[in-house]
Amino acid sequence: MFYRENGQFKTTYRADQQILPIAQDRIALGLLLAVAFLVLPAVASDYWFTNILIPFLIFSLAAIGVNILVGYCGQISLGSGAFMAVGAYSAYNFFVRIDGMPLILALVLGGVCAMLFGILFGLPSLRVKGLYLAVATLAAQFFADWMFLRVQWFTNNSPSGSVSVSNLQVLGMPVESPLSKYLFCLSLLVVIALLAKNLVRGAVGREWMAIRDMDVAASVIGIRPMFAKLSAFAVSSFIVGMAGGLWAFIYLGAWEPAAFSVDQSFKLLFMVIIGGMGSIMGSFFGAAFIVLLPIFLNQFLPAATSMFGVEISTAGVSHAELMIFGGLIVWFLIVEPHGLAKLWAIAKQKLRLWPFPH
Amino acid sequence: MAFFLETLLGGLMAGMLYSLVALGFVLIFKASGVFNFAQGAMVLFAALAMARFSEWIPLYAGVQDPFVVNLAAFVLAGVVMFAAAWLIERLVLRHLVNQEGTTLLMATLGITYFLEGLGQTIFGSSIYKIDIGMPKDPVMILESAFEGGILINKEDLYAALIAAVLVALLSLFFQKTGTGRALRAVADDHQAAQSIGIPLNRIWVIVWCVAGVVALVAGMIWGSKLGVQFSLTTVALRALPVVILGGLTSVPGAIVGGLIIGVGEKLSEVYIGPMVGGGIEIWFAYVLALGFLLIRPQGLFGEKIIDRV
Repeated sequence: MFYRENGQFKTTYRADQQILPIAQDRIALGLLLAVAFLVLPAVASDYWFTNILIPFLIFSLAAIGVNILVGYCGQISLGSGAFMAVGAYSAYNFFVRIDGMPLILALVLGGVCAMLFGILFGLPSLRVKGLYLAVATLAAQFFADWMFLRVQWFTNNSPSGSVSVSNLQVLGMPVESPLSKYLFCLSLLVVIALLAKNLVRGAVGREWMAIRDMDVAASVIGIRPMFAKLSAFAVSSFIVGMAGGLWAFIYLGAWEPAAFSVDQSFKLLFMVIIGGMGSIMGSFFGAAFIVLLPIFLNQFLPAATSMFGVEISTAGVSHAELMIFGGLIVWFLIVEPHGLAKLWAIAKQKLRLWPFPH
Repeated sequence: MAFFLETLLGGLMAGMLYSLVALGFVLIFKASGVFNFAQGAMVLFAALAMARFSEWIPLYAGVQDPFVVNLAAFVLAGVVMFAAAWLIERLVLRHLVNQEGTTLLMATLGITYFLEGLGQTIFGSSIYKIDIGMPKDPVMILESAFEGGILINKEDLYAALIAAVLVALLSLFFQKTGTGRALRAVADDHQAAQSIGIPLNRIWVIVWCVAGVVALVAGMIWGSKLGVQFSLTTVALRALPVVILGGLTSVPGAIVGGLIIGVGEKLSEVYIGPMVGGGIEIWFAYVLALGFLLIRPQGLFGEKIIDRV
């Protein structure tokens, strides 16, 4: 009834090629941004900012990065946690060692370091494919774990690799309160998501997708596999590295190498698979699912069990959480292997015909 | 020289244990094309079951003889693993036939979380021990050849022997029995196997059961070495480079790969480790595997990957 494109004529190529060709989509996105930038800061509490919204924003950013590599270019990576760690620790080094280093520049430089690290560990992808590559990328993960624990220079000679930052400022404004942190993450996310969206619908993105669908065929029609794969690794690990920097600087404040363990890599991959491979939108869905599920279970389980008169211990809750988390993921993969983004697409298709489906 | 040989032998025996875990990966990948990340969780689950059963049996059944208790605990834990294998096939894999490799990989990661939670809910999450009566004292060999001889951990020796026996039994099972032949047929070509009347679902249950038994043996040995605790799941991460080095589809590859990784790890830790601050075992194994992969992208013994447009 409301969601249809009848009567929206496109008279220029520009209009035809815009990101959201349907007017209703543009209005919806505008509303969403207005809610995120104006309404949420007014109504959300500090608990919401620190425990739900900021992790969601940062993981969305990381999931976009992983999605570019896994979803668009088809190179499965289990080393995303390492890219986050490299981003975080190199941003830390730039921030601490150089006086007056602006926060944003430090984060970007951290992203650049993560990019170089990503290209280095992306080199095997030129030769090794599929599951072999997935396991090979674990090398990056364990190497980074070891490097930040043992090589003291990277952590400014702190013994266990635990470091902290304080006095964060952007353009002279302090980023200390949950609200300002939220707005900072949100602004960065919007900018990078827009860049990523434009990248994947441009020439580079098409090359990535061609490589993903069949790399031999792609190289036959003149796409350079080396350039396509390494550029995907570079862009992906840059974004993931930025997200790592944000996670460390904004969310954690003080962290150690264990914050970027192999579990983090698995989580990011879950976000991409559950959200939908090869979809920027899906990255947001996946991040929301993985961030919200443990919080929901944590609140819901003790309440549910006390309703039946059973007291459940903290350890019991965490084990039950593991079980439900694992079970839900399996269930989800069985019900919708193409992820939440696919459900979204189906819903949109249904909405276009509603209320008169043929 | 004696020290070098000692490290080498230690590495070989550790490698035997890695290949035991790697074997579980290879069996399932061969038969169903599933890269089973849950193998580590299965090892933990089996070891927990065995440890707790061997505690409970003297308590409730009144049997005290350690051999009988351990045997009964092993059998019961085996039954639990069979049940788990059947449930996994029934509830998960059957619904995911023909999905992509990544989806299946993620599903087994989900199973990993589930098994870790379930195992600790049922069997508890403290540190337990499995005592199958393996002697712990080290022995000296070759005292005539070297001054002071070579020190060998007897426990490692027995563990390596058990692993070798298991591998021999498995290859007999695969080569000589009808079921084994069916398993090999399925591994070769799913469709062709199905068209000549091999029931795929039953084969998958069987192969998961076999992987469960392998996990149980691995859990028993690792558990009696290190104690049964949550960190046992990381054994899977140590065994992954073994699998890709040997090739995902090759049983001999898992064994040779295990030996190479075991020796490489130990030698690097002893000779390179001190130069860079130690603790390089884990990533060195991966880098070593990666080095081999750059020369042979399908692993040492894996089937050649042929791309056709």
